This record gives sequence, C-alpha cells and structure tokens, in this order.
Amino acid sequence: MSQKEWPLWEVFIRSKQGLNHKHVGSLRAADAEMAIENARDVYTRRSEGVSIWVVESNRIFASDPTEADALFEPAHSKVYRHPTFYDVPDGISHM
Amino acid sequence: MKEINLTELEAAFQSKLDREIRIEPNDWMPADYRKTLIRQISQHAHSEIVGMLPEGNWITRAPNLRRKAVLLAKVQDEAGHGLYLYSAVETLGADREETIDDLHSGKAKYSSIFNYPTVSWADMGAIGWLVDGAAIMNQVPLCRCSYGPYARAMVRVCKEESFHQRQGFEIISKLALGTPEQKEMAQDALNRWWWPALMMFGPNDADSPHTQQSMNWKIKRSTNDELRQLFIDVTVPQAELIGLTIPDPDLKWNQETGHYEIGTINWDEFWAVVSGNGPCNRERVAARKKAKEDGMWVREAALAHAEKRKARQAS
Ligand SMILES: [Fe+2]
Ligand SMILES: [Fe+2]
Repeated sequence: MSQKEWPLWEVFIRSKQGLNHKHVGSLRAADAEMAIENARDVYTRRSEGVSIWVVESNRIFASDPTEADALFEPAHSKVYRHPTFYDVPDGISHM
Repeated sequence: MKEINLTELEAAFQSKLDREIRIEPNDWMPADYRKTLIRQISQHAHSEIVGMLPEGNWITRAPNLRRKAVLLAKVQDEAGHGLYLYSAVETLGADREETIDDLHSGKAKYSSIFNYPTVSWADMGAIGWLVDGAAIMNQVPLCRCSYGPYARAMVRVCKEESFHQRQGFEIISKLALGTPEQKEMAQDALNRWWWPALMMFGPNDADSPHTQQSMNWKIKRSTNDELRQLFIDVTVPQAELIGLTIPDPDLKWNQETGHYEIGTINWDEFWAVVSGNGPCNRERVAARKKAKEDGMWVREAALAHAEKRKARQAS
C-alpha cells in the first residue's frame, strides 16, 4: 500500500550562536514549515539547537565523488599556502 | 564521468575500508554491501518503531506523573531513533514507504524481543534495564560502522540510550528494594525478560552465516556471542546488587576465563518468534498497519494543502 510521499528535506542545525549551521540528517515533511517543526522534534529534543535550516533534498547539488581527485588535487600541490612551508630563522619571534 | 572498471572500483572500496575511511552515500559500493545495509538499517528502524508499542501500553497507567513524563520521553526518543534510521536507509536509494510496507507484509523482520507482552509495570523497568541495555551493547560498535550515515545515526542514538537504561534500572531497583510484593513483581519481570534479552544478540556465531561478511565489510565489529557475553558479564552483578536472581540454574562464574557461563538458550523459541509465532507478533504488525492506514488521510491532506499553497504563491 504505497502513496505519494512527502518530499525529503535536509536539516541543518546551529547548536549555538557563533557557530555554523551543520548538517544533521534528513526527514520527510509536506512543506517547509512542517519540516522545521519536525526537525525540532527529531533533532533537538535535548537542546541541540538554537536555529534550524531546512532545504529540499532535490535542491542540493553535490560534487561527484569519482572526480574528487581531480577536483581537490590542485590544493594538494600548493604546500606553500601553509605557514609550516617556511623556515623561520632562530631568534625571530612573533611570526 | 571517467570510465572506471569494476575491479578498480572494488579495489578502491576495499582500500577505503582498510584505511577506516567511511563510505558515504554517493560513493561507489558493491551491490551486496548496499543490499545488506538496506536490510539491516531498515530492520533496525522497524525495531525502534515497533519497540514503542510494548512501552506505549503503560504510558497511561504509569504509577505517578514523574514516571509518566519519563516513559513518554523515552518512547518519543524511540520514535526519533526510527526516524534517524529511515533517513539513513533512504541515503542508500531505498524507498522509505516500501521498507515500511515490507514490515507490514511480514517480509521485513524486527527485533523479536518486541513480540513479548508487557503485563506489569515492572516490565517497564526490565525493558529499560535489559532490552535497552542489550541494545546499547549492539549499537555502540555500530558507531564505528563503515557506512557514514548509519554510524552517525548510531552516535545520536547511543547518546540517548543511556537515559533509557538508567530510567529502567531505577524502576526495577525501586521495586526490588520495596515491599515483598513489589520485589516479587521485579523478579517476575526479570524471569520473563532475561532469556529473550539474551536472544536479542542473535543466533550463536556458528549459526550466523552473514556475520563474517558483515565483519569484513566493517558493518559489524563484534560477533553475536562476543556482545552477548559482554552483556551477561555486566548485567549479572547488577541483578545481584539489587537482590534479584537471574533465572538460570546453570549460571556460574568461571574464575579462569573471567566470564560468566550460562545454561542453554532456547533457540526453538527464538526461531518461532522470529518466524511470526511469538505471543504478540500479529498484534504488533496489526497496530503498525492501523496507524499507517488511519493516518493516511491526514498525510494526504497535508500534502494537498502544501501543493495548493505553492500553486497560489506561484500565480
Ligand atoms: Fe532506541
Ligand atoms: Fe532505547
């Protein structure tokens, strides 16, 4: 006995002021308002959040995991972007 | 997308497992790994949802307001656990409603423990203490499961479970240390729940053909017998402490191994319950079906309302 399903929503929670919203999971709801109310009940029963974002899952575009190497390789070869790449002579401080 | 052959994909998958790198939803995975996870996670979800029924039976009859509030919160957590898990199963491409229909048709199983009746208030104590206690033993290693969404759901679940076990132990110990009649209630509950709780870990390793494959895939981290032993070793002293007797005349401490040894588990009973012939199997599935069917018009109306509003906003 199947039926037309409610859309799937991804849930993001800000655990406290000053921190980013973080993905916590997903749920089904008829609309955005219900998604926020359900997210409150499902993901914040123990005061895990002060703010909730919901976004319909089919609106999310993701990078392709099989292309992760090509996508992220350029960053691997640029070690000079990190401070540890540089030798600081003895006696130099505050740098 | 790049052309990659199957052998390379399998090698890349295995190498991630070897390096303890989690598998995420869009990553390539062997079809059997996906199938095994869909089966295991959906059955786990069903167990959480069906598991609300035996305890829901006592919410209106809790002995006082504090107990009622606690039991209500505990049962609500179990609903949450079911929802985290249905979400995890959807990341594998499974259809949520289809997995639920499989439960209702009897195709999908759930933990056989929930097919036993809750006949006294002491059962609320025994369930929290033993059933949630056994669930914790099973679920803690799943926090390190190789499939990311399942592992993350388990981390949330485990954080909530210890409250479940403690509230159960509080109930049972209060009764055990109460009047002779109350103590008798507690002992009776332990007598009825002890063996089914031990069966929650599943068949002996020798009779569990899928264990090895699941261990290789790092879905499972410990065998059924290892987890069962762990549960026995921690639970027996807890029973002793509150003056209750484990209903097993063969139970004994082995000084050499440092473990308790138990009598024989009645596996005929286990298989009878798994295959649908426990005391409450029909009742449990009928209650779930009724909930889905009776709520259908509400869900349809909510969707129709949302669609209408969307259309109105668009025009
Ligand atoms: Fe649970
Ligand atoms: Fe629980």
